Amino acid sequence: MDLHTFLIQLLNGVQYGLLLFLVASGLTLVFGIMGIINVAHGSFYMIGAYLAWSLTARLGSFWIAVPAAIVITAAVGVLLEWLVIRRLYGRDHLYQVLLTYGLILVFEEMRSLLWGDDVRGVPVPASLDASIPLSDTLSYPVYRLFISGVCLAVALLIVWVIQRTRLGMTIRAGAVDRQMVQSLGIDVHALYRVVFAGGITLAAFAGMVSAPVSAIAPGMGNPVLVLSFVIIVIGGMGSVKGAMLASLLIGLVDTFGKVMHLEIAGVRVLPELSSMTVYLLMAVVLLWRPEGIFGRRT
Amino acid sequence: MGMSRSALALALCVAALALVPLAAETFYVQFFAKIMIMAIFAMSLDLLLGYAGLVSFGHAAFYGAAGYALALTTPQYQAASFWTSLPLAVAASALLALAIGFFVVRTRGIYFIMVTLAFAQMLFFLFYDTKIAGGNDGIYIDVRPVADLAGWRPFSLDDYRHVYWLALAFLAAVYLLLRAVLRSPFGRVVSGIRVNEQRMISLGYPTFRYKLACFVISGAIAGIAGYLAAVQFGVVNPETMGWHLSAAVMMMVILGGMGTLLGPVLGAAAWMLLELGLQGLPEAGGVNLGKHWQMFMGLFIVVATLVLPHGLVGLARSLRRPAERNNG
Repeated sequence: MDLHTFLIQLLNGVQYGLLLFLVASGLTLVFGIMGIINVAHGSFYMIGAYLAWSLTARLGSFWIAVPAAIVITAAVGVLLEWLVIRRLYGRDHLYQVLLTYGLILVFEEMRSLLWGDDVRGVPVPASLDASIPLSDTLSYPVYRLFISGVCLAVALLIVWVIQRTRLGMTIRAGAVDRQMVQSLGIDVHALYRVVFAGGITLAAFAGMVSAPVSAIAPGMGNPVLVLSFVIIVIGGMGSVKGAMLASLLIGLVDTFGKVMHLEIAGVRVLPELSSMTVYLLMAVVLLWRPEGIFGRRT
Repeated sequence: MGMSRSALALALCVAALALVPLAAETFYVQFFAKIMIMAIFAMSLDLLLGYAGLVSFGHAAFYGAAGYALALTTPQYQAASFWTSLPLAVAASALLALAIGFFVVRTRGIYFIMVTLAFAQMLFFLFYDTKIAGGNDGIYIDVRPVADLAGWRPFSLDDYRHVYWLALAFLAAVYLLLRAVLRSPFGRVVSGIRVNEQRMISLGYPTFRYKLACFVISGAIAGIAGYLAAVQFGVVNPETMGWHLSAAVMMMVILGGMGTLLGPVLGAAAWMLLELGLQGLPEAGGVNLGKHWQMFMGLFIVVATLVLPHGLVGLARSLRRPAERNNG
């Protein structure tokens, strides 16, 4: 692998990792703060991508479609929390998994009814449809750099909101002692509603920004959900720092696993088994630290 | 007294079910066989969910592994022997459960759910992406295993009624096996771990080993179900390891009532009947409801988890003894 190819794959890996971070951080925040495991989280990645496609076609511009899609997903999140999610607080994780799995089936069929079962695509916005030449034959698309930049900005925004704002302070307090926060006169239910809507909007937003460079297809949220689980297991549940580290690790391992060639005893291992590399990484972390790198020891 | 009565009831149930193929149409015999295979699968998961308190979200991996083991060891255009291929397939599932269990049993609660799903998806992708066993199209078992014993053939797996009786025999055998396991000292320890693992540790029980053993037994029984399903359908594909099946079998256990042996059997029957019913929904308002049956299944899951936390068995109990409703 020459230097230019390596650089391109490195940028791809970082971009993929940052994108996964958006999805995984939403999942880990909803769990860390509300104690809810939402397996339908990946569906919102898909819904975000389909909304970006559908609204771009309707409104004529990707830049108008994305804010509109954000508003729609946040509203859906608030509604969903009020309708079903709040009935899961304090219940066994088993029931949370099952109920939110039921939601996956509902969302998948609603997607089928609303937008059909075909693979869709969104054109890269004209203003970012360019490439930076790296050598005579290789170049790197500007839009992918844009994705990395946006994801990084959102990551910083999450940290800022949680660490530096009054809302973040109440969120952190609510995660530690829910009853105490409630008795101080803070509406915990409203707080949870905001966190849930924010969490799924992060996943949907990841789907929106990646729409121009990915195939928008049925079930596209499922692999993203499973990778988010792997990220959380590696990084530690509820830890935003751990999610960031693990996301970048997974993004790089997955990307390089697909382009590297590796033979062990004459048998081609990579890229044939590239889809397994991230799970092997997870297995190693489980032996070393079963609670994740930044997880709290129980 | 109670013991002999339940034994009699069980024997009567098995005898009644054994008569079904003599009267019912082919479709229903095959469908009931499928329900019984799923019931075996659901019982195996209930050992983890209901008794050990381990919420496995990747149980289909062990079900699928047995099917793949059969498909990959069957010589092309020839039949495998039932007497060697079944133990081989079950051993494959048990070994896989040992390997995965070695990692996942270290985790608990929410991590256990995520890690079991992740390992199952790893296997799913292994068979989906590589050409080991036909990729995403799966692999056909051209000739079903034969059950010849020194020239004598007690049953033929090409006969759908024989497959039905075989599934029934295994269902009864697994039921009795699990009942014995749960009543044994081993079963008591496993239940103790679910209730309070710290206390079991301080009593000196190596809980890791007990949980791992439980995981392996459960995986092996799931393998029996996977083997029978592969024999019945004659094809194995990555979906047999997929998370939709893992979630469905979990739902069967909850729907029937976890922590009971009969619950998963009832749950499997209810789930499969519901699936059949929903798939047969007519067209309404220009939309083919049957094509979108999973929407109704999803809504059903949402409602069922909210209103039926103790499953059908729990519902029956609370109807019989209204006083329990306040506690339950």
